[in-house]
Amino acid sequence: MLQAVIGLALLAGGRRLGRGAFAIGGASALAVLGWALWHRAGIVAGEPVTEHTGWVPQLGLALDLRIDAFSLLMVLLVAGIGALIHAYASRYFGATTPGLHRLAGLLVLFTAAMVGVVTTSNLLALYLAWELTSVTSYLLVGWNDRDARARAAALQAILITGAGGLAMLGGFVLIGSAAGTFDLTAILASPPTGARVEAGLVLVLLGAFTKSAQWPFSSWLPGAMVAPTPVSAFLHSATMVKAGVYLVARFSPAFAEQGLWRPLVLGVGLISMIGGGWRALRQYDLKRILAFGTISQLGFMMVLFGAGSPEATTAGVLLLFAHALFKASLFMVVGVVDHQTNTRDIRALGGYGPGWWWPRAAAVASGASMAGIPLFFGFIAKESAYESWVHSPIGGGGLVLVGIVAGSVLTFAYTGRLLLGAFRPGAAYEGIVAIEPLDPTEVAPVTEAPAPTWTLWAPAAVLAGLTVLLGVVPDLASKLVYGAAESLDPAVEGGHLAIWHGVNEALVLSAVTIALGLAMVAGGRVVGRIGRVVHVPFDGGAVYLGALRALNRTADRVTSVLQNGSLPVYAGVILLTATVLPGAVLLGADVPTGLAIDSSPGEWAIAALILAAGTAAATVRRRMAAVLCLGGVGYAMGLYFVLQGAPDLALTQFTIETLAAVLFVLVLRRLPTRFRERPTPRGRAVRLVISLLVGMFVFAFALIASGARTAPSLSGYFTDNALPEGGGANVVNVILVDFRGFDTMGEATVLVVAALGVVSLARLARPRSAAAGGVDGVDGIDGIDGIDGAGGADGLEPAHGEDAS
Amino acid sequence: MSVVMAAAAAGLFSLGTWLLLQRELSRIIIGLGLIGHGANLLLLLSGGERGRPVFAGGHGTLADPLPQAFALTAIVITFGVVAFLLALAWRSVELTGNDLVEDDVEDRRIASQRGDHDEEVVDEQALLADQSDETTVSVHEEHER
Repeated sequence: MLQAVIGLALLAGGRRLGRGAFAIGGASALAVLGWALWHRAGIVAGEPVTEHTGWVPQLGLALDLRIDAFSLLMVLLVAGIGALIHAYASRYFGATTPGLHRLAGLLVLFTAAMVGVVTTSNLLALYLAWELTSVTSYLLVGWNDRDARARAAALQAILITGAGGLAMLGGFVLIGSAAGTFDLTAILASPPTGARVEAGLVLVLLGAFTKSAQWPFSSWLPGAMVAPTPVSAFLHSATMVKAGVYLVARFSPAFAEQGLWRPLVLGVGLISMIGGGWRALRQYDLKRILAFGTISQLGFMMVLFGAGSPEATTAGVLLLFAHALFKASLFMVVGVVDHQTNTRDIRALGGYGPGWWWPRAAAVASGASMAGIPLFFGFIAKESAYESWVHSPIGGGGLVLVGIVAGSVLTFAYTGRLLLGAFRPGAAYEGIVAIEPLDPTEVAPVTEAPAPTWTLWAPAAVLAGLTVLLGVVPDLASKLVYGAAESLDPAVEGGHLAIWHGVNEALVLSAVTIALGLAMVAGGRVVGRIGRVVHVPFDGGAVYLGALRALNRTADRVTSVLQNGSLPVYAGVILLTATVLPGAVLLGADVPTGLAIDSSPGEWAIAALILAAGTAAATVRRRMAAVLCLGGVGYAMGLYFVLQGAPDLALTQFTIETLAAVLFVLVLRRLPTRFRERPTPRGRAVRLVISLLVGMFVFAFALIASGARTAPSLSGYFTDNALPEGGGANVVNVILVDFRGFDTMGEATVLVVAALGVVSLARLARPRSAAAGGVDGVDGIDGIDGIDGAGGADGLEPAHGEDAS
Repeated sequence: MSVVMAAAAAGLFSLGTWLLLQRELSRIIIGLGLIGHGANLLLLLSGGERGRPVFAGGHGTLADPLPQAFALTAIVITFGVVAFLLALAWRSVELTGNDLVEDDVEDRRIASQRGDHDEEVVDEQALLADQSDETTVSVHEEHER
């Protein structure tokens, strides 16, 4: 909550602060980090911190916070990396860059939302925080709002993750309603079953896959690389994209056996892991290599968590931890390179001046961790991943094992491409990076890049240092990792992480991975040739673009049909909608029985009179005749009111009808005697159909509604109380002025407004030509005098001034 | 519930709609008047059976007072609307010499536009060019040099 407040404050008032805004943001992240470390011991020991605040109890929406060991690990990563990112960003951007306070404020808001995702135990609140991360991600990717690609990438990111988020919400509702609660802890403790839950799980997976950029929804992540590098390092590698993995990790132990969960997660994860790795091998942009690598690694995590077995879950936690460390560090180093050389193209890079030892060392350490080389933290994770699948009882486990080994080989290869491409002079000419020799005029090689200041690379070095430390002494993380795994799946047994487990299958597989990876790096030219031919099937990006275009086109068509500027068309569309939609419901309703045509002769006569006069009003071609026919309908109505025992209505009707006729005549004498419009046959047919539909609807509505009364009539109350309460014997009058007095006041207001409109329209001066006619009789309209005076007014100007004079 | 009068109300709605879909304002106003009458009929029909005028202490079957009160309000409001529309027609005659409701030019312009120039699509095409592999990237951010 505090984070959100600080973030909003930075957005609102931070313009003056410039880079100083990052200091405030970093301090807020440090505060969260400090809090998490303070409560570390208790949480890891299995005592989650919980807090409950009701919000909308009717919806089952509550701000339930529950921080167990896995949440703690996530909070530590988010807050820790967040603090480093703020420090990094304050050096990365120039002091005069505009909009930095916006960036810093958004980063803080994002941190708050992300912490919310991993700490809430209410599904609906989780959805809320989840979408907040999407929104802040959108704003951060599109931070440079003058760049069309940044805007497009931001739009793509939020459309894809937002659509997935909506699917996920649907899944949450299905699961929550089946379980009878939206409390995540309760649902996971006793998971509901059934077809509804299975459908809900697939929807939840859609949300997780889009968020974690899994195949085939991965196209937004490489696009999001147009964001500033600190943003990419934070959101699109270490934290936000892990939200999907987080969700899968939470759900898997309880739901892995149900429905399509496990096959979907394992399949999509494997395809993403291998496909992402393969595409990473074909990129020239350092950030895009890392982006596809992230897709690949997230796929790896999906595979591990999706299994739902205790060993794989532990391995997943390890990988998640290791990945956050090495990927954020790599991104930051890439940012340093970009900052100093102004390019990220690996064909141009390689020439550095002195003073690059530390950034290079940080990159190599982190890269080694990513590739799974012993003595780095990633190796521990990869080892335990192999171990968990070697002995997995899950069907198809062998296939999965082959898949993750293949993915790891690719990971090794693109790590090599990244490091050699970035730091080895002349790598571009050795076949590792590019197939053809490079044309120096196309990409100018960088020589003697200036050394970065230590403040710029220090955050990356901190993370790389952690990678090395945990790689050499993994036992330091044992408590946290096993505690986190245990909080996901109680079946996890505690243990100690170690580098050496003796010679076993996993070690052999690691050796095989490294050997094959080395071969791929060495044979880069061959790999590149194959890469030109073999593509990842079904890239979601094209589908996204197609869908967006189709949406635009459809919207254009709908607009040009519905919004074509013609009043009859607008009225027709509105009437049709108002008729067809409720009419469809009426079709299924019961027509009340006992309806007989037993009306009195008087009713027959009046109905005939009304219809005859109405038809004449609608069809005659003389204006005056039509108006008189309308008056005829009105008088027939008056007769009916008399018959019905409504003398007040009859009196009113007669009066109004007479008044209206006078008004009509006053206006119509300025108009041609006959209607002139001759519609086309097609137009007539459409009008006829709409009119008949409306009439049929009203008839059906009247009949069905007469049989649909459920509550007793109120009228008895009015009849009984008119005299004692209202002090009048005429019940209708008492209702109007007393029981429903406000209604009448509203009515009077409408009349006043209409009268004002009429007066102002009538008093506007008419153009000279029309005024020349000098229609004196018209002045009587609404008792306004002085239109004559307006005759001299110029053009369309109001005549008020002349009236006054 | 009188089926005959329900049919009359439906007829009024039909005829009113027919007129409402025309272009001449005076016909539209007449159509609105017809629909108003139809609506008043419906209001009365929704009440109970017919009866004697409702006076407190009256004898025999009294009519239903509530729909009558509604209908009374509706009659007056319809008159207000008709009067205002007539003033509009009056104004239209003064300006153009007739009471035809012309098409909205601005709406016509929007409707005839095709979305090829939509900003989003342009953005998307920029992104599409960036999506293929093996492209040269040159994103320059605002760095401190």
